[in-house]
Amino acid sequence: MSAELGHFALILALGVALLQWGVPLIGWRRRDARLLAFGASAAHAQFLCVLVAYACLTYAFVTKDFSLAYVAENDHTRLPLFYRVTAVWGAHEGSLLLWVLILSGWTVAVSVFNRRLPLEMGALVLSVLGAISVGFYLFILLTSSPFDRLYPVPTEGHDLNPILQDPGLALHPPVLYMGYVGFSVAFAFAIAALIGGRLDGAWARWTRPWTVTAWMFLTLGITFGSWWAYKELGWGGWWFWDPVENASFMPWLAGTALIHSLAVTEKRGLLKSWTVLLAILAFSLSLLGTFLVRSGVLVSVHAFASDPTRGLFVLGLIGVVVGGALALYAWRAPRLSAYGELNLLSREGLLLFNNVFLVCAAGVVLLGTLYPLVLDALGLGKISVGPPYFDSVFVPLIVPLILLVGLAATVPWKRARLAESLRRLRMPAAAALAVGLTLPLAIQGRTTLVAVAGTLLGVWAAGTAVQDLWRRVRSKADWRAGLTSVPRAAWGMNLAHIGLGVWAIGVACVTSFGAEKDVRLAPGAHAELGGYTFVFQGEREAAGPNYTAQQGSVLVEREGTTVARLYPQKRLYASQGTVITEAAIHPGPFGDLYVSLGEGYDDGSWSLRLYDKPMVRWIWLGGVLMFLGGGLAASDRRYRLARALERRSAQAAEATAA
Amino acid sequence: MSRRQRRMLTVAVLVIGVAAAAALGFTAFRKNMMYFYTPSDLLSGDLPAGATLQLGGLVEQGSLQRGAGLEIRFVMADCTHQVPVVYDGVLPDLFREGQGVIATGHMGPDHVFVATRILAKHDENYMPPQVAKSLKTADGRHSCAPFKSVYQPAPDSVTARIERTSP
Repeated sequence: MSAELGHFALILALGVALLQWGVPLIGWRRRDARLLAFGASAAHAQFLCVLVAYACLTYAFVTKDFSLAYVAENDHTRLPLFYRVTAVWGAHEGSLLLWVLILSGWTVAVSVFNRRLPLEMGALVLSVLGAISVGFYLFILLTSSPFDRLYPVPTEGHDLNPILQDPGLALHPPVLYMGYVGFSVAFAFAIAALIGGRLDGAWARWTRPWTVTAWMFLTLGITFGSWWAYKELGWGGWWFWDPVENASFMPWLAGTALIHSLAVTEKRGLLKSWTVLLAILAFSLSLLGTFLVRSGVLVSVHAFASDPTRGLFVLGLIGVVVGGALALYAWRAPRLSAYGELNLLSREGLLLFNNVFLVCAAGVVLLGTLYPLVLDALGLGKISVGPPYFDSVFVPLIVPLILLVGLAATVPWKRARLAESLRRLRMPAAAALAVGLTLPLAIQGRTTLVAVAGTLLGVWAAGTAVQDLWRRVRSKADWRAGLTSVPRAAWGMNLAHIGLGVWAIGVACVTSFGAEKDVRLAPGAHAELGGYTFVFQGEREAAGPNYTAQQGSVLVEREGTTVARLYPQKRLYASQGTVITEAAIHPGPFGDLYVSLGEGYDDGSWSLRLYDKPMVRWIWLGGVLMFLGGGLAASDRRYRLARALERRSAQAAEATAA
Repeated sequence: MSRRQRRMLTVAVLVIGVAAAAALGFTAFRKNMMYFYTPSDLLSGDLPAGATLQLGGLVEQGSLQRGAGLEIRFVMADCTHQVPVVYDGVLPDLFREGQGVIATGHMGPDHVFVATRILAKHDENYMPPQVAKSLKTADGRHSCAPFKSVYQPAPDSVTARIERTSP
């Protein structure tokens, strides 16, 4: 019964979304304030409907209602309650439902926080968001409803894919979707600006917090994904350049470019049409990501279903959204041209370079991801490009980008004096050089070019950010007054740049000093890696709620003292007959020790993968810092103040008009 | 420098930058491109010596041999041809005889494929789409049942599985 209720609520949501799309648009044509205001009510009603639908599906999972095909496919009587709740988004249909739930959540947020927006602008934004919702509701209802019944009703479910039974999964998709879907708000603002013809500093100020919020969730989602892959896939890698990872990374690159170009548009009124184009690009890449992951064209853990109608539908949706947006852009963007002057040696000039590097990076990732697929689709051969391609094109783009980050805080808007800026940068440059040369030696006792370069870049990015904060705090006589006078936007920007630096140090160290070894050990035998001795102590049986496991025991010693005891497992999930490797990790701030089990041999020995991963946590710490920085920047007082001011002036204008 | 000159300089710098990035991208792409081969392709065509490539096929029943250390040897096959493969390392969880796998590596001098990485998927029904496609014959079926005896079903249902998992 609840399933029918959910299905009905979803159909109702489609109807409401259609109204949310159409009515404000008619209101805009007729200049009818009542119709314009309808968008917000529709957004609330729509959210309520999706929430009911989502709750119904969750209820079906929790109560193990195997009469639903989707539940039967992804649930199991022995699955723990926590995973029964997260299994809702464990496969295609449910994750789409999560997608529309988040989309309508964002829509409600826009309608609540943007009451201060000019009525026309707010209504157009909600209308565009409604149109996107319509596309996704149709997608769910026509091709992938999670509420389809199954007859005869099976007595047992097929279980959630064991590799997804991990706390990392509970966090990864919803957070990632917050980011993907969040770019739809930036997109809606861009389209509203094109339709309404208004694109000025105020527009950029409205758009910025939304874009930064979406960006920070995407950052966190990618970070969780990387951590989950590291932990769960048993390969010890944190990034594989897998097409599915690239699918989330491309919108991130475009989104990062967008938040920087929005700064230029807000402060200097320049790069307007470029900013709009980036907003369209970021959302298009989010949709492309969905298409790549959901259509089954990719060979990966994420490719749940390979139903060609679904792929075609998303492809059509991308075609309509991107084609429509670009057509509108071509028609209306020439009106947005700015007449200011852009100096290359100024903050806006450097931000332009930042954008060029980021968009080029997105371009080369897109090439490496799509070209093999296109060739295959055209029947011109099956090829693939691996990590060597991405590494060799990405590094030359990211290195100058990090160098630019160091200049960001020092070089002023409009026009900079080169000598003045360089003089200020002497300190961080010296610090970067000193730490770059010594830190790898201090931690590892040896050094490589990559480690020196990476640490140098990392300290440069982080050091210049710290210097900027320091200068701002010191500008007041009292340090307490100084601390409170620094705007949150400045804290946020610098924190995110420190995050980038921390990330760079982590990447450089783990690539230069990380070591791995595949070994075959009999019980009692040992292997050496990175100064550690790994002693294999044998294997025994273990059991979890819905699996049985063979658990190895590995003692790690360094110079006679015990460092860690690790218990890697090989789990058999009987419900699916699937075996997965559960790696055992000894985490540490300066490095992880990582062991995963291979297979047992007849003579009692086992094959094992041993890894030493120095500084690997810094990579995710960098991502988390970027997330926090984004949070601070998005909550800057300026945005709230600006809104309050605009509201007051709007009320005053209404009063005079009346 | 006049304003016009400065603007031209900006544009020139950007164009050069983007062109350099594009050149870099395409060069790296060409250098790191890996072709996908089936055992039949591998034996019929001529290969540049030592080229890295991907070999996709089924692990033939009963061909798996373990050595003293980690080294394993097995035979990868499609409907018509077989290629011996040697691999030194830990196998993925779902590596089994009869399973479709993709091996990355190069052809050794003694006509043994030396694999550096082996992929199999976390799904018992899974077959890499490239393998499934290359195994299909003109009438949409394939005759690899002998290699797939892990499942023991009639050939028709094997085809059904493959068709379900291929895009």
